[in-house]
Amino acid sequence: MTQTMEPSSMTTSNGEKSHRPLGVYTRPKGGGGWRDWVTTVDHKKIGILYGAAALFFFVIGGIEALLIRLQLATPNGTVLGADTYNQVYTMHGVTMIFLAAMPLAAAFANYLIPLQIGARDVAFPRLNAMSFWVFLAGGIFINLSWLFGGAPDGGWFAYAPNTGIVFSPSHGMDFYAIGLQITGIASLVSGINLTVTIFNMRAPGMTLFKMPVFTWMMLVVQLLLVFAMPVIAVALFLLTFSRLYGATFFTPELGGDPLLWQHLFWIFGHPEVYILVLPAFGIISEVIPTFSRKPIFGYPFMVFSGIAIGFMGWGVWAHHMFVSGIGPVSVAAFSLSTMFIAVPTGVKILNWMATMWGGRIKFSAAMLFAIGVVSMFTIGGLSGVTHSVAPADTQQTDTYYIVAHFHYVIFGGIIFGLFSGFYFWWPKVFGHKLSEKMGKLNFWVMLVGFNLTFGPMHILGLQGMSRRIDTYSPGFGFETWNLVVTIGSFMIALSVLIFLINVVISARNARGLPPTEPDPWDARSLEWITPNPTPAHNFDEIPIVESLDEFWHRKYGSDEDGKVVRVATAEEVCQDGTAEGVHLPSPSYWPLVFAIGLPFIGLGLIYSLWLCVFGGALALMGLYAWVFEPVDDPDVDHHEPQKEDA
Amino acid sequence: MTNQTHSEETSTGLSHNKLGMWVFLGSECLLFGALISTYLIYRGRFADGPAPGDIFDIPFTSVSSFVLLMSSLTMVLALSALQRGDERNNRLWLLTTALLGAVFVGGQVYEFTTFLREGLGYSTSPFSSAFFTLTGFHGVHVSLGVVFLMSLYISSARGNLHKERAETVELIGLYWHFVDIVWIFIFTVIYLVPSPTS
Repeated sequence: MTQTMEPSSMTTSNGEKSHRPLGVYTRPKGGGGWRDWVTTVDHKKIGILYGAAALFFFVIGGIEALLIRLQLATPNGTVLGADTYNQVYTMHGVTMIFLAAMPLAAAFANYLIPLQIGARDVAFPRLNAMSFWVFLAGGIFINLSWLFGGAPDGGWFAYAPNTGIVFSPSHGMDFYAIGLQITGIASLVSGINLTVTIFNMRAPGMTLFKMPVFTWMMLVVQLLLVFAMPVIAVALFLLTFSRLYGATFFTPELGGDPLLWQHLFWIFGHPEVYILVLPAFGIISEVIPTFSRKPIFGYPFMVFSGIAIGFMGWGVWAHHMFVSGIGPVSVAAFSLSTMFIAVPTGVKILNWMATMWGGRIKFSAAMLFAIGVVSMFTIGGLSGVTHSVAPADTQQTDTYYIVAHFHYVIFGGIIFGLFSGFYFWWPKVFGHKLSEKMGKLNFWVMLVGFNLTFGPMHILGLQGMSRRIDTYSPGFGFETWNLVVTIGSFMIALSVLIFLINVVISARNARGLPPTEPDPWDARSLEWITPNPTPAHNFDEIPIVESLDEFWHRKYGSDEDGKVVRVATAEEVCQDGTAEGVHLPSPSYWPLVFAIGLPFIGLGLIYSLWLCVFGGALALMGLYAWVFEPVDDPDVDHHEPQKEDA
Repeated sequence: MTNQTHSEETSTGLSHNKLGMWVFLGSECLLFGALISTYLIYRGRFADGPAPGDIFDIPFTSVSSFVLLMSSLTMVLALSALQRGDERNNRLWLLTTALLGAVFVGGQVYEFTTFLREGLGYSTSPFSSAFFTLTGFHGVHVSLGVVFLMSLYISSARGNLHKERAETVELIGLYWHFVDIVWIFIFTVIYLVPSPTS
């Protein structure tokens, strides 16, 4: 983002020239170590921060899952007790969806979108930093509830009136409502930011239909975020006002309608399903062509089916509410729309298989995980279609069949996809590959553990075992399968442990060695044109794009018989990262300061308005200093290349 | 609303700030859409409290709505002045717009206190909760707009708002017009559609 400033904006509000700003308005100059990270506005570092924070929450949510499974391993379990059990399953869902899966997708989006479209950063670098810090603040805020008298206990979809003070008297649901509001700000701002980035910052020649499928899916996701987050924001406002200020939105005695919450929640909640899964679809749409050594089959179909999912995702929300008494016409309409939305998803599955068909497939760890998505997500998709048959759904509602279904979608689809992305892009981000051997072990242990965990849940659910009940009595035939499920869940934990060990060992083995050669996978899209790890300025010069799979077409051409031949080596095509004089946006303290203010406002709303004053002052100070800090510090004119390695 | 400017060409030809503002306003449509839906569901559920048809003072609110709509005109005049390089008139119209907005918010405060006195509290009924929440959110949006306008005014008074930065005024203008247009919907839904009486 090379920016030259117009003269008028070179002055701060007090009329001084900005290259001699007052002390507080000076932009940080880095200084190495942690200071670089807390003030960074670099989309790559923010992507890594997102990834690290989300993996941390992923482990916490995983521990919560293991606690649930320990409680349910045997009949009449006593590990947790009913009240704690409610809190643990609620926080497992909230953590995994809002604090692990969404920010992991944001990690990939932040790191890769600018690289795939040939840009040097996102449209609003400081807003990008703010999104991350606000997300982290929100995540910490929600988890603070453990220390302040109890976590949320109303389930992740928090049905009214169970979430009112009558049925949930601890402050847990307040932390839920305000905490998700805070992370919602992060998602909304990030959605706007990346939407503008994709529309506005494409390299010359990169038309919309020359964008990689990953970027396309991420564009759909950002637009879904932009339009879905305000709906959950309203739902959470109504809940907060009901709990804290006595609003009567969900008070049936006065005419309040608990179904209003369900509608608002699922109008957000179903697009949210696609917000979660489309990033994984995007990731494997990059991985599968690379390791099948074929272009993606039916690129326009891939793009348009993603767009179709984005639109149709708004018309299926009431299939979460078939048993709530919405009436036969609504049930019929939403049954049909639910069957229809399976079509574009099926198109994607077929296109991935057609991409692999006849390809020279290399079963790398990333590819294995991608194939895992195609197969496991399909199982989840099929059980999802069974829900669209409303009479059957009536039997399945609130049983473990539902739990089995959405874990096949969320774990089998999303988590497998994200792991595929880890193995694929690790050399891009950190300059060394993860061990393929341990990666394959990671995959197989996870695949077996995953199916042991969630496969039997189909049976348990059809046998009538209810979800969200803290225990069960012996004699219903639930014992064996529950034990199997618990064993499976610990296998998943083992596979995640293998991944974490792989991260540590691979980093240690790579120490002292030169970074991975460029283009380790013979890949197709623009991000691989930069050296590994990506230099701070991304591209030495912005590439001119002529075709889809631009990078691949620079490496391969065809001879006179039309056969594909290699025309250039990766070393010839890749840039060497030595550009000088690239002007990058300066770091800033204020996104962090603003974000720190928000949890204090939240605590203040719950406990004492004085904390609101403090938090509000901090956030306001952050915003005003943000507005008035000089746009660029001319003292640190130019980025020195190769100063830092991510 | 960052203070970045872009001398570069963007892929769409729109500046980042302007495209960002449009996307943000698209998001705001869903926020108000959800709030308006909530009100529509609850307008007839006034429990033992005052019914909407009993309590609304339509002539009063019509006048304050007129004031708000006129502020869109003055907003356009402010932008047009700055685009011609006429900073003096830009300041005049910015201030007028902010004042009209403040009058509208003042009218809302008066309306709220009157309703409170007449027994319509925030917790009285789903109708009252939905009414105060919807109009309150709109009022907060107008108030924020007034803060933005005054920031522009101060910036101009200190000699920092010139013709080259007319786009900043345009962006605040987009936000301001949006808040006005939303009020047209809210006014129609709450006041003009015949309300239930007790």
